[in-house]
Amino acid sequence: MSDLAQARTFDEFLEGIWRQNPVFVMVLGMCPTLAVTVSAVNALSMGLATAFVLVCSCGLVSLIRNIVPKEVRIATYIVIIATFVTVVDYVIQAVSLAVYEALGAFIQLIVVNCIILGRAEAHASKHPPITAMVNALGMSIGFVIGLLALGAVREVLGAGTLFGLPLFGANFQPWVVMVLPPGGFIVLGAWLLLFSALKRRKEARLAAPGGGHGA
Amino acid sequence: MSTPAAPQPQATPATSLLKTLGLVSTVCGLIIVGAYQGTYDAAAANRRLALERTVFKVVPAAKSMAEWQATPQGIRPAAGEPAAGAVKFYAAYDAQGVLAGIAAEGAAKGYADTVRILYGYSPACQCITGFGLVSSKETPGIGDKIVTDREFLANFEALDVKLNAELSALANEVKAVKHGSKANPWQIDAIAGATVTSRAVGKAINDSAQLLLPKLVPELEKLGKKPS
Repeated sequence: MSDLAQARTFDEFLEGIWRQNPVFVMVLGMCPTLAVTVSAVNALSMGLATAFVLVCSCGLVSLIRNIVPKEVRIATYIVIIATFVTVVDYVIQAVSLAVYEALGAFIQLIVVNCIILGRAEAHASKHPPITAMVNALGMSIGFVIGLLALGAVREVLGAGTLFGLPLFGANFQPWVVMVLPPGGFIVLGAWLLLFSALKRRKEARLAAPGGGHGA
Repeated sequence: MSTPAAPQPQATPATSLLKTLGLVSTVCGLIIVGAYQGTYDAAAANRRLALERTVFKVVPAAKSMAEWQATPQGIRPAAGEPAAGAVKFYAAYDAQGVLAGIAAEGAAKGYADTVRILYGYSPACQCITGFGLVSSKETPGIGDKIVTDREFLANFEALDVKLNAELSALANEVKAVKHGSKANPWQIDAIAGATVTSRAVGKAINDSAQLLLPKLVPELEKLGKKPS
């Protein structure tokens, strides 16, 4: 692989993690983001399940991109996505019933996660399998980071634990609203605020005379 | 007089559409069936283990269990398809294979969704000896206190579910009452602030026990020894 191609692949990988982070920048997939992030473990499991579906379906979509007529492409993508969601559903039941119970209907709802169909349509159907899967993996990691950022904050504040391990003493009074739906909105809002403040600061720095690197 | 036909966009032939969809569906079908077959045993084992853990929790002396069903014709070990109108329950045996208690499932509408519980019944005292959650989506920090609140759990150390003289129903309906107003051993002192969920637990036990115990109690001796 030439240096240029390698740099481009790496760029595809980083795109989803930072520049186009599905949660904080594109604000996609909000339904699972808000609903299952009551604890770090749930957030991580949901992130991994979505990652599996995203990477596998993008790989398969990209593999058959040249034989699928455009008239039936959405139907094809949805069948492929639904297939991997079903697989993930079975696998989670086999691995841990507790996680399965905790995630509930949101596992099946990965089918309609717009990040996945969005990636299949906008990226995987136009790129070779390796590129598509690398990009999907980056997006997945970005999504996992997004979910964990919410899940960890909500679990620490709302239950006083992180990954089930108690962090504070017995006198800690849980901030219960954090593990309830409003807590999801509050924490997401706080993260989005932080990200947009960072973006604004960077723009201001680039616009200032003598600032930035001319990029 | 004819106008020149506008250039038609090349239409994809129907056969090619069908072929693509057929191929994709076949491949996807194979993947799904493969995953189902591959995970079936592990998932079934997981479910059995989770059930066993809950049964052993509500009947603490239990070391093994067997699935039974109570039908209008009497009780019998569950095998194959459950008969219509049958109620499933679990007979739990101690290390010597002697009946240690009965566990059965109950469900009732809670605050957020249906609260499904498994309760333990002791034939010796004709009372409920404990309950565990099978599934619940009750509010964290409020409704989910039903499994942590000591005062509430004390209700289930010996909750009275004696049958009436005709053995046709419970002598007294099991019911959750307002916090602090429990006066009888068949009442459940609700958690203050989580009355709806407390009531759901009471209703789940009552509904299930009303259905199961009249069929079960007259035939208890059938459960005496663990079926080998």
